[in-house]
Amino acid sequence: MKSVRIGAGLGFYGDSWRPIRASIESGGVNYIASDHLAELTLAILQKDRQKDPAAGYARDCVPMLTELRPLAAARGVKFVMNAGGLNPHGAREAVSRAFREKGYRAKIAVVTGDSISERIDELQSEGEALAHMDTGADMAGVREKLLFANAYLGAAPIAEALAKGADIVITGRVADAALSLGPLMHELGWRWDDWDRLAQGLTVGHLLECSGQASGGNFGSAGEWAKVQNFLHLGYPIAEVSEDGAALLTKAPGTGGKVSFDTLRQQLLYEVHDPHAYYSPDVVLDMGTLDFDDRGNDEVRITGAGGAKRPDTLKVVAGYHDGWMGTGQIGFSWPDAYLKCETSANIIKGLAAERGWPTNDIHVEYIGYNSLLGANADPAQRDNLNECFLRMTMRTTDKRIAEGFGRLFPWLGLSGPPYAGGFHGIQRAKELLGLWPTLVRRDLIEPRVAVDVEAV
Amino acid sequence: MKVGLWRIAHARSGDKADRADIGLFAYDAPTYDVLKREVTRERLAAHFSDICKGPVEIYPLDNLLALKIVLNAALQGGAARSLRMDNLGKAVAAQLLRMEIEAPSDLPRLARA
Repeated sequence: MKSVRIGAGLGFYGDSWRPIRASIESGGVNYIASDHLAELTLAILQKDRQKDPAAGYARDCVPMLTELRPLAAARGVKFVMNAGGLNPHGAREAVSRAFREKGYRAKIAVVTGDSISERIDELQSEGEALAHMDTGADMAGVREKLLFANAYLGAAPIAEALAKGADIVITGRVADAALSLGPLMHELGWRWDDWDRLAQGLTVGHLLECSGQASGGNFGSAGEWAKVQNFLHLGYPIAEVSEDGAALLTKAPGTGGKVSFDTLRQQLLYEVHDPHAYYSPDVVLDMGTLDFDDRGNDEVRITGAGGAKRPDTLKVVAGYHDGWMGTGQIGFSWPDAYLKCETSANIIKGLAAERGWPTNDIHVEYIGYNSLLGANADPAQRDNLNECFLRMTMRTTDKRIAEGFGRLFPWLGLSGPPYAGGFHGIQRAKELLGLWPTLVRRDLIEPRVAVDVEAV
Repeated sequence: MKVGLWRIAHARSGDKADRADIGLFAYDAPTYDVLKREVTRERLAAHFSDICKGPVEIYPLDNLLALKIVLNAALQGGAARSLRMDNLGKAVAAQLLRMEIEAPSDLPRLARA
């Protein structure tokens, strides 16, 4: 029975591609599916593009492909990546330039058509309200502040690019799992309405899209995480998928990490809402019938995914400017570390109030006490800390106030509580972004999707 | 007996827009039955009252010995407009593992210790 092996690439813009080498060298993969775009990454890329029209893609694809291409070419391994971001053609130009310098050859495909930021009026005139899908709010409230708006495309254009002979497929926004589902559809010849097989493919794609999180990384637990061996050389997950849809999850031999029922089920449910209706552009997955057969030695066989017909809409996520955040931080040692932080917080609030700045949205956290555990921090530890850092953040519509907030802190060094340390400069204002998830009829998006292949 | 979830279960959390979502996993079937009974929407709403401003949802998955928990309106509007240090809610799962529930003392993980 025919099968194909897909290895995880990056899990976010800035992730490491070092572990991919082992997947290619000894993991027997045919494809690397690389996810460079978190929900918010497009906002970063939009800022890049504002400064330079040739930018707007995830730049790490250039050194990643330049380093891995010779190895991949020798073994016929192809890459599918959403590193195109807001400018997939720009990404291809940059990769092609780097390849030409090295004398590498490759067929590189680009998938476009996901961006709708220039089409808002047109889509609304077609009857698409683009209301917020969780709150129902009217888009008019954020229309003028939009920074990007992109639909999540499915696996079809990726499969098309591969059918056209691409060695590397660079997309903009696609569903993360489509990066794996595209190659599966191309290789295994499944029908586009074979919902149960598509659901198996979606399961695999979802398991691979966060790189090391399926193979022992971020294994959320008390104590058990420390039993994961060799984080230093953690291997990224690999899925071998058969024609019948059965999937074997594993990783390259000799690498660190762990592929087990435990590590995989943590990733399976990660960032999922209703596990009985996990939506993608290509199929709706029911995880309630999945069967995990953990065979030991980092091999888990997965079958049983339930599939239902794909939706008539595609999800769109837009981002909009949502004010500014000012930040300040200062640390204190024992004695009275927490109390000194609290006293400082009150001083800072007073200084802000004297200046007439808004103080109704100031957030106070104590690093070393409750900055991660929040109200579930253990209060018994509060008054006996070795050291504690005060972190304060404030929300404002005025960038100048956000810039000024951080400048309130240095004064505390000589005129506040004793034994302050760890002050290393003033933090700049940070732009805050709101996310706007919405739905659009797919027949308004898909006719504009284009795939073109170019040889370097 | 009162037992901290960290002793009998594992968990990972993530974010989608303004939702924090948590997968809570029993190490064994008897513990899963206890989790299903004890980790209720009411208890979760109380445990996360400081951050969760919307409804709590729970989806039990018998095949995975897992509860999928969704905290709506829990991230100050979303990671990129949040003022929190943990803007992505990655440690929300650690907060959950601090919850104490009523559990029989003969659960496999407890008997082992």
